[in-house]
Amino acid sequence: MPHMFTISPDFPPNSLAGWYIFNTWFQKNTGLNIHLNLYNSFEEQTIAIDNNKNDIVYVNPVDAVRLVRDKGFLPIARVKNRLDEVVIAVSEENPISMMCGLKPDLKLAMTANPDVNMISMMLLEAVDLNNSNVVKTTYDSYIIVVKNILKGEADAGLFLAKAYDDLSNVVKKQLKILLRSDVEELYHSLLIGPELADRQDEIQTLLVSMTDNPVGKGVLEALDFEGWLKIENEEMEFMIDLIDTLVPDTD
Amino acid sequence: MLEDMNVDDIVGDYKEATLKLYNLHSRKIFYTETEVSYPEGKLIVSTTDTKGVITHANPIFVEMAGYTRDELIGHNHSILRHPDMPSVAFKDLWNTVNEGRKWEGIVKNLRKDGCYYWVKATVIPNVRNGEIVSYTSVRRKPSVSAVDESIKLYKTLT
Repeated sequence: MPHMFTISPDFPPNSLAGWYIFNTWFQKNTGLNIHLNLYNSFEEQTIAIDNNKNDIVYVNPVDAVRLVRDKGFLPIARVKNRLDEVVIAVSEENPISMMCGLKPDLKLAMTANPDVNMISMMLLEAVDLNNSNVVKTTYDSYIIVVKNILKGEADAGLFLAKAYDDLSNVVKKQLKILLRSDVEELYHSLLIGPELADRQDEIQTLLVSMTDNPVGKGVLEALDFEGWLKIENEEMEFMIDLIDTLVPDTD
Repeated sequence: MLEDMNVDDIVGDYKEATLKLYNLHSRKIFYTETEVSYPEGKLIVSTTDTKGVITHANPIFVEMAGYTRDELIGHNHSILRHPDMPSVAFKDLWNTVNEGRKWEGIVKNLRKDGCYYWVKATVIPNVRNGEIVSYTSVRRKPSVSAVDESIKLYKTLT
């Protein structure tokens, strides 16, 4: 049975090939038989994770915390200079240009990315918007979020900042950023399941040293990554505490 | 032990007060009527030990508090206590987190320079092996209406 590897559905579509290249490199350098298993939505991925379908994952902070605490996953690495920030954007034609212009009954378009939605709703609280006075619609991808903003079906969209930045310039010219977060504490993580626990140190060393050789560098370039940083266990504990603080008691 | 504030650090006209800090000694503070706006999109993150001593402060915490990191780490979180905050709010905070529950509230914080800033604070106990070992606190920009309500409420509390 191959090990199953999945990545968060919010990865940019243009990095898909990069993940396949990474998986090939990863198998060669670990000797593990690994199948890259991609899901079309967060919902599909969550169901798969809950059913223990994957033992190597690259996931957002909320899912990482759940996997570490509930499933015994272990932290491996995070991407250098890649933090999870959010963008709240409206159509360029929208007369609103500041967060304080957003009013109750706001129609929000979003994906099911849990950390983006959690942070965004927290930031919207500053203008008295919350789950009780906004209308939220969840879509499968950020590009569909954009389409709904541009069609006027949604007043504003919630984006992972990296996903927003990776939209084409043509698309971005039709949008206007009201807020870009600067949380600086949250990031996607590569984790391994408990059955691979005895490989944790080896895999961490392998990933962190990818920048030391041309082949590893090439793989990182295909992913648009600067490199990997080891996640210490205490860093993951901190992330768990932080997410516990951020997650609302009731949605 | 928190030292008294230094009047030389204060910017502008100020008032003086002596605060009886929760579970601590008294502290002389100086404060002004100048508000520093909470920046959009940022979160203040800190951790304290079980006695409220700061063990982690992210950059925006340092920036908003006006102290250096070294002046914050190792000192009690009460270093930010503003005289307009009723002591009952902090009693409620400690009672709540010591029962293992999350506490949320609007808090007026005092900066080193005597200015103040409002936050919406969330505090949770960090539990390891069934025991509370520390607390994590996240602060974010509060809404204007939440601050206005808190100002009215806190005036009625002691």
